[in-house]
Amino acid sequence: MKMKTLAVMALAGSMTAGTAMADLVIPDLSYRTGPYAAGGVPFSDGYQDYFALLNARDGGIGGEPVRVIECETAYNTERGVECYEATKGEGALIYQPLSTGITYQLIPRTTADNIPLHTMGYGRTSAANGEVFNWVFNYPANYWDAASVAVNYLLDENGGSLDGKTIALVYHNSAYGKEPIRTLEDLSALHGFTLTQLAVDHPGQEQKSQWLQIRRERPDYVLMWGWGVMNQVAVQEAANIGFPMENFIGNWWAGAEHDVTPAGMAANGYKSLNMNPITDYPVLSEIQSLVHEAGNAAGDGSNLGSVLYVRGMYAAMLAAEAIANAQDIHGVADVTPAMVRDGMEALEITNARMTELGMEGIGPEFAVTCQNHGGTGQGLVQQWNASAGVWEPLTGFISPDASVIAPLIAEDSAAFAAESGITPGCL
Amino acid sequence: MSADFLYGIEVVLNGLMAGVLYALVALGFVLIFKASGIFNFAQGVMALFAALTLVGIMEGQVPFAHLINAVFGTNIHHFGWQVPAILAIFLTVLVMIAFAWAVQHFVFRHLVGQEPIILFMATIGLAYFLEGVGDLMWGSSIRTLALGLPQGGSLWVEEMTNGLGGDDFYGFFIDKLDMVATLVALVLVAGLVAFAQYTKQGRAMRAVADDHQAALSVGISLSYIWVLVWSLAGIVALVAGVMWGAKSGVQFSLSLIALKALPVLMLGGFTSIPGAIVGGMIIGVGEKLFEYTIGAPYLGGATENWFAYMLALVFLVFRPQGLFGERIIERV
Repeated sequence: MKMKTLAVMALAGSMTAGTAMADLVIPDLSYRTGPYAAGGVPFSDGYQDYFALLNARDGGIGGEPVRVIECETAYNTERGVECYEATKGEGALIYQPLSTGITYQLIPRTTADNIPLHTMGYGRTSAANGEVFNWVFNYPANYWDAASVAVNYLLDENGGSLDGKTIALVYHNSAYGKEPIRTLEDLSALHGFTLTQLAVDHPGQEQKSQWLQIRRERPDYVLMWGWGVMNQVAVQEAANIGFPMENFIGNWWAGAEHDVTPAGMAANGYKSLNMNPITDYPVLSEIQSLVHEAGNAAGDGSNLGSVLYVRGMYAAMLAAEAIANAQDIHGVADVTPAMVRDGMEALEITNARMTELGMEGIGPEFAVTCQNHGGTGQGLVQQWNASAGVWEPLTGFISPDASVIAPLIAEDSAAFAAESGITPGCL
Repeated sequence: MSADFLYGIEVVLNGLMAGVLYALVALGFVLIFKASGIFNFAQGVMALFAALTLVGIMEGQVPFAHLINAVFGTNIHHFGWQVPAILAIFLTVLVMIAFAWAVQHFVFRHLVGQEPIILFMATIGLAYFLEGVGDLMWGSSIRTLALGLPQGGSLWVEEMTNGLGGDDFYGFFIDKLDMVATLVALVLVAGLVAFAQYTKQGRAMRAVADDHQAALSVGISLSYIWVLVWSLAGIVALVAGVMWGAKSGVQFSLSLIALKALPVLMLGGFTSIPGAIVGGMIIGVGEKLFEYTIGAPYLGGATENWFAYMLALVFLVFRPQGLFGERIIERV
């Protein structure tokens, strides 16, 4: 009897495992708890809802259902690594951890395990060099692109010259916050503006000193590299000292609805970069009807269409397109992580394809190559309309200054290759 | 007067008021430590929980809505009414009193006589439990605190002082919210001191703080006093949560404000209510003045966090019990 029971259990187990192996497994290293949950929740909702839409509408990708495994990191690097170790054995095809700290820990691990890592607009900037970082991708844009896009926008606002202007950088005093400094220093030398740096310690709840300094020195513009509570406090402090909001520009991690709503009307006019213009994409209606109304929403449905929801959805779309590309390249539906990497390296996102997906204009057109894992680096500027409670796109996609960014990426990636013993080349 | 000197005075004034905000958090620690010898690691989370509860009640949010919806398949989030601020504050105070009773009844009653480190670890567990309950109860999104607290710099102060230092001086910047917080803190401290000095419960609280055994021998209920003290700490947490929440919105990073209170406690002492205020102001002024004169110009800025702890350490070396703490006397 006992042996019979064990045999039945073993058979059932093998059948379950067989089913699981046939799924396309996508881990979602999310953070729905802790101090950064306000940013993590909408991103994760958008990420998961898009895969739920593909399952409901198309039966998955290429006929293979998608199985999302959510793992809570609380934006904590150690827990992020634990999540990676706990989920990679499930047949994980791609990781998008939404954390620069976790990204740095996962780069050597995913490389050793041959699993692609996609860090869209965050992580290690020089991973754009695909000949050094074979398994890491950061298309369509990275931090250094963001800094250059912001400066190019300001150049445009000032008739092509920033000579004699002063730009203050208010940044999170961490590896993330310090990322744009080198780029901005080079751009400062190139365009003749003075760069002032103001570091804000984690978590950023107290910024009085920094904003008193801004009030004293009266820079022409303030750029911000913030995340979490730092963003809300900075917007409030800027309003408190009467700094002109239209001259205050956050990066794309400082431009969500929850970054500005606590300050109320005082936040009106604040600007930020974004990777995606916020508008009524047709795909959002599909998610509403096929996912939310079917009771399969990842969250409570309240984040649909918000800045970080759209970004999460966009990240999921890029992953899904890479998987579909891998299926086409290798002629199989049940792809492996290595095949997905091939799909990512040959990915081409066109306006026609985005329109076909119900996401017309959600991102720039770009093509990934072995040499360039970073895309075009384009971003746009959006502005907060407090009375309407919406982010309004102010510009189209702005290109970064490749003549400044490319040498920096080459230098940093070469240093990484040297210290890691990597011989650059394509797989 | 030179503009630099006047800006130095501005930094001192803002440091004083920032220090009062730190002290608001530190007060909760002091109340509990003084009466029970427990270092309450959960004080920051209590501030978060109290502020979340206040906003949730004001907005008419259904507590545990996500849990209810997940279990019963419903889709409810709000009752459909808004609660006036005064009533919501009263109801939040009741919730914090209920929390104090639950903490005493379910946790500390069973730990009477245990080592301080055990009690401390219990408060660590309590902090994470309360953070989880707060998330389940009210969700993790950032809320706006609509209490009508003033925001922005005082234009009156700015205009009155504008001409003091020539063209390079733009007048003193004083945040109106900081002024309100200072007034609230002063009223709170005066109220707490009056309560401790002139009420029967306050005297009983002081008796327990002085000597548990002696207080028990004259019929004071230790359990009642602990509930009272945790309730007061809960009310102080609500005030701190409101003031900090008005700056950043009510969000889970509010629990981290406890980090700003630790150097205040080290400096002011764990057992003195005025010590928390004075300690807070010394830390506030010290860290801001250091950032203004040395940190930002020579060290790249962001020196306030570590400098506050360094300043507290220096005080600890010379006065381990803190500026206003009770003197430590060990007799063989």
